[in-house]
Formats: sequence, structure tokens, C-alpha cells
Amino acid sequence: MKKYIAAGLVAALMSSVAPASAATQIEFWHAFTGRLGELLDEQVAKFNASQSDYTVVATNKGNYSETLNAGIAAFRAGEQPDVLQVFEVGTATMMAAEGAIKPVYEVMADSGLPFDQSVYLAAVAGYYTTTDGQMLSLPYNSSTPVLYVNKDALKAAGLDPEMDLSTWEMVGTALDALKESGSKCPLTTAWQSWVHLENLSAYHNVPFASKENGFGGLDTELSFNGDVQVKHIDTLGQWAKDGKFIYSGRRNEGGAPFRAGECALFTESSAGYAGVKKEATFDFAIRPLPYWSDVEGAPQNTIIGGASLWVLEGQTAEEYKGVAAFFNFLSSSDIQAKWHQDTGYLPITMAAYEATKASGFYGENPGTDISIIQMTGKAPTANSKGLRLGNFDQIRGIIDEELEGVWNGAKSAKDALDSAVSRGDELLRRFEQANR
Amino acid sequence: MEKRVVFNNRWLPYLLVAPQLLVTFVFFFWPAGQAIYQSAFIPDPFGLKTQFVGLGNFEYLFGNRYYLESFFTTAIFSVLVTVSSMSFALWLAVLADRVIKGSSAYRTLLIWPYAVAPAIAGVLWLFMFNPFTGIIAWMLFQVGYVWNHNLDGGQAMALVVAASAWKQISYNFLFFLAGLQAIPKSVIEAAAIDGASFWRRFWTIIFPLLSPTTFFLLVVNVIYAFFDTFGVIHTITQGGPQQSTTILVYKVFADGFVGQDLGSSAAQSVVLLVLVGILTVVQFRFIERRVHY
Repeated sequence: MKKYIAAGLVAALMSSVAPASAATQIEFWHAFTGRLGELLDEQVAKFNASQSDYTVVATNKGNYSETLNAGIAAFRAGEQPDVLQVFEVGTATMMAAEGAIKPVYEVMADSGLPFDQSVYLAAVAGYYTTTDGQMLSLPYNSSTPVLYVNKDALKAAGLDPEMDLSTWEMVGTALDALKESGSKCPLTTAWQSWVHLENLSAYHNVPFASKENGFGGLDTELSFNGDVQVKHIDTLGQWAKDGKFIYSGRRNEGGAPFRAGECALFTESSAGYAGVKKEATFDFAIRPLPYWSDVEGAPQNTIIGGASLWVLEGQTAEEYKGVAAFFNFLSSSDIQAKWHQDTGYLPITMAAYEATKASGFYGENPGTDISIIQMTGKAPTANSKGLRLGNFDQIRGIIDEELEGVWNGAKSAKDALDSAVSRGDELLRRFEQANR
Repeated sequence: MEKRVVFNNRWLPYLLVAPQLLVTFVFFFWPAGQAIYQSAFIPDPFGLKTQFVGLGNFEYLFGNRYYLESFFTTAIFSVLVTVSSMSFALWLAVLADRVIKGSSAYRTLLIWPYAVAPAIAGVLWLFMFNPFTGIIAWMLFQVGYVWNHNLDGGQAMALVVAASAWKQISYNFLFFLAGLQAIPKSVIEAAAIDGASFWRRFWTIIFPLLSPTTFFLLVVNVIYAFFDTFGVIHTITQGGPQQSTTILVYKVFADGFVGQDLGSSAAQSVVLLVLVGILTVVQFRFIERRVHY
């Protein structure tokens, strides 16, 4: 209470000294550097130029983990920013922090500005929405995994470069031919847990965890050791043994050999498009993520990765109004369409998708709309809405470790997934305990 | 006559050591106390609520098979880093000590790697050994050896040991060289006149006379391997594959700063605190006896 009185006094003092037209500052901490950082700064500059009531100050705080840590440390010290960019695996941590965050639907309602949740792509916004449909954070950069194909490599293996690769069975045949023709790297992947377990589960409409993948409560338990997942990992393990699937690392290390033309097929985020387009000297194509044709209901829809913007508690009403105005600006279809086309991230509204379509962008850049089609083809189910699991960054680490055991032949797929589930569940219980 | 110099003022000596005590307290005892205090709680990341669990965090840790294995990994890692960096540095120091022409140039060049930050050292080694694009990985492939430290735990361990030890060689080299130069030439020359070979002179004169330096470096290197190497591990392996390079201090970092599990992280710090305390006592009790000053 004392803090608020003091803050109020300071604010009163400031307003009496400063000219009435001074803009309210909105602090925005993010994790973008390089090209993405430039594009973000561009958006902020546009917003600041578009009106005079608020000034958004964007600051880079390192990578995703470092940004989240900076936000948490600042909150503990009472110096938190208004807006914090948090990656999707931090969602449960932020959600559980009642008293530290101000849900976006509340910020928008308080501001009195128009806010219609239905304009957002359900498959994107759903990840950041409560089970009763309230938006907690604003989706900012979202992507989904797709299959990148080196057409020249397929040709070299005597395959039709336009061949159908929509199912894993077909991919298997292509891998046989590639291996036979002497390819050193027929298939590799980025973000193995995200692509080959999290998205695999959603795409085949099987649960990754109980309680609607964690949306329904903290007492959720992992369940990605089901038949579909075991079959998939077992197949990949076999391919790894035969030299058809090459493991290149836990993050997106596989990007470098694919862009250099060494790998024929590559499963990676749709946001990897800009990099491939810039560096690849071969003919490439983007295809939907393959699925297993013998699983009923597949393909469902894939889920997103990326980050969203969270509003932190403890700021003035005036600042929240500014945040609401900024969020409305970010959601506008011009800004979203440009962001989508520049980065390969998904647009967050249907209008931005339509605008991009109308501009002829998809015609000039074939395959860039596959991610959206893949995500919006079917209405999300409880299994494909997203994941909301505490300590998920660490659980992914465990999954990585166990999968490595499969790739190097030390463990069977079933053993590895069972072990990952039981180790992950321990972390979920720990998260539940910390947030009781 | 009393030969010792004695302060007449009772408070002056305390006043004189006060700044040092203050620094020690603020930067060492206070954080250590905080770690011990926090290890009894499970807080949420934002510090909004916290629960007292007593020894619960320790029970959780020691009930975890992977945490226990991490002790073993740490032991292997520390021994390998310490032995390889010290022996290599000693070899270089002995060689540099015998160089007459341009010796200062050699010495300066050998000291440079110390200025490289651990994370950068990690990245440099990672570039060379990248299974797809690394030059050394490629050379190994040419002679028929497949290098993929993403999957092979032994290779991953070898790589992080090499990167960590390489960085420390310079530091060790500096001290060994200074130690070698402090050994009276006359002793060595006398032995040479008596017909002792280089190796005999080394083992019977130089190595024993160098033992205070060696002991000091042993302590410093073990502490280095325990605490300062996580940057290398973070950039090269992130503790993988399958935890084969997860040393204790890396787990503290990963659980605390990646996992936001501050209770467990604090408990692990306390365990490390105790472990290093024991290790230091052992070193001074048992190894120092064999040191000739």
C-alpha cells in the first residue's frame, strides 16, 4: 500500500511539473535480436509515430529464457516492465503467477477500446486462452512445424521432385531411395520434442498430457507414451539406425546442413522459411508436416510455438490504456500481414491472412500458406489446442535426453518415452506444489 | 626482550581487518546463508508465495537417480580437466623455460587463451567439432572415424573436457613458469655436473621443488572445474546427450535459471558448498603433507 501511495505522490508531482502533453511511457521487454529485432523496432516506431499519448520503449533482454528471468527478477524488485515477451513453454509459469500478471482480456476491457476475440485465429490464440475462452496474453510470434524438401536431392535420387510426401509412409519410401542413392543425410529435424512429440500428438488427435494437455488444471499427467507416439519414435529410431534419419541437435542445428544442401528432408518451424530462402542454392519446397495414414482422424491440426506478450501487474491505469492501444495496433491487419510476410510467422488474425492472400504473396512464395492451412484446417480439439504444462522447459530437456537414447540405440522407443513420462511427471508435481 | 610486534590498542587490529571481513561477509557469507535459508522452501518464481518444506528439497534431490549420477559425472569431468590442463601446462612451461631466444614472445602467446571467456571457448571448440560442418569432425571422417558428440556421450565428455582444459592451460602455464624460474639454477647445474639426465633432474629436483605451485594449482583447478565451466557446457552440450555432461554446477544453473525451480537450485548450491568444503579440507589435510615449501 505504502508503495502505491508513494508512487501516486510521485506521479502527482510529475504531472504537475511535466507539460500536460507528455506521453506515457510503456516499457516493452523482448527477446528479439538481429533481423527480428529490427522488424520489432520498426513496429514500435510506427506505433509511436501514429499517436502522441504513449511512447513504447522496446528493450532486448537476451534470449527467451533470459528475458523471462529479467522480467521475474524485475518483478521481485518492483521494477517490472508493462509488457514482457514470454515463449510458449513459459505460458504455464506466467498463468500460475496470479498477482504478477494482468490478463489481456482485462487490460482491454478496462481500457474501453474495442476488442473482439473472435477475429484472432483460434488455433493461435487458443494456446494463450483459458478453458472458458478468455485471452490471457497476446499472441505475437507464432509458427508451426512444416516439412522442407530439397527438390534437387530428390531428383538426384531418381525420385519425382513433386512426389507426394504427405504421410510418413511415403516419406519412408523416399528415404529408402535417398539412402540407396548415397545421400548422407536423407532426413533431419529441428526441435525434436516440439515436432515429433508435441505436434505429432496434436496432429493425430491423441493427448500429450491429461486434463486437456494441462489446460484443465495443475494436476495434469503426461501421456505421450501412447501407441501413436511410440510407433513414430520407434520408426525414427529405426531410420536413425539405418542412417536415414540424422540427429543434428536439440535446437535447430539441422538448419545449417539443410540450407547447405546436405540434407534432403527437414522438419522445422515455418519461421525457418526466411533463412532457407536466403541461403539455399537449390530448388526447395515447403510441404505440410507428414502424418501416419493409419491413425484415425489424422491429420487434425498442428500447434504453435513462439511467444506471446504478457502484461504485468502493478502499473498505472494510464499505462494499461497505452498497452491496450499498442496491442490493438499490433493486431491490425496491416501490421500483422507485413509481419507474417517478412518473418514467416503466422498472422494472428484471419483478416491479416486474407490481406496477404489478396496481395498475391502466396502465389509468389509458394508454400508460405501451408502453415496456416495446416493449423486452421480443422477446429482444434482438447488434444490439439496447445499445451499448458509447468516446468515445461525442463520437461523438454528430459524428452531430448530420452530421445537421444533412442537415436543412439541405447533405448527402445517405449522405454525412453515411459521414462520421459515418469521423470516429467515428477517435475509437474513439483510445479503443482510450488503453485498450490 | 619481546620480539613480536604487538598492537597496544585492542580495537585497531579489528578495525584494520574490518574491510576484508566486510567484503567476505557481504559477498560470501550472506549469499551462502541465503542459499541455506532458501533451500528449506519451495517458492514460486515471482516470489508471490512460498512454502516451507524443511528438508523436502534435499529428499527430492537425493531420491533422484540422475542427481546421484551427476556426482559421478562431475568427478570424472573434474579429474580429467585438472589432470590434462595441469600436465599439459607443465610440459609447456618446462619447454618455455628452456627457450633462450624469443622466450617472451612464446610466453605471451601461451597466456592469451586465458583472456577468452568460457562461453566463447565453448563456441570455438563447437565450430571445430560440429558434426556436420566442423573442420576436425570432417578430418576425422576422412580417416574413417564418425564424430557426433550430439549422440555419443564419451565424445561429448571429451569435447567439454578439452575446451575447459584448454582455457585453463594458460593460467597454469603462467604459475608453473614462475615456479620453475624460482628454482635456484645452481642446484640443477650441480646435478647436471654429477651426470644426472634431464628426466632424473626433473623428477628428483624440479618436480619436488615445484610442489607448492602444483598444490596451489590443484586447488584452483578443481574449483575451476567445479564452478567456472558451466559456460563451456552450456554452449557445447547443454548437459547432453542423456545427461552425460551434466555436472553439478550446470544442474544448479539449469534448474534455477531455466527451470525457475529456486528451491531445488538453492538446495543444490548447499550440497555443492558442503562438497567443496570437504574437498578443500581433504586437499589441505592429506595432499599438502607431501608438499615441500
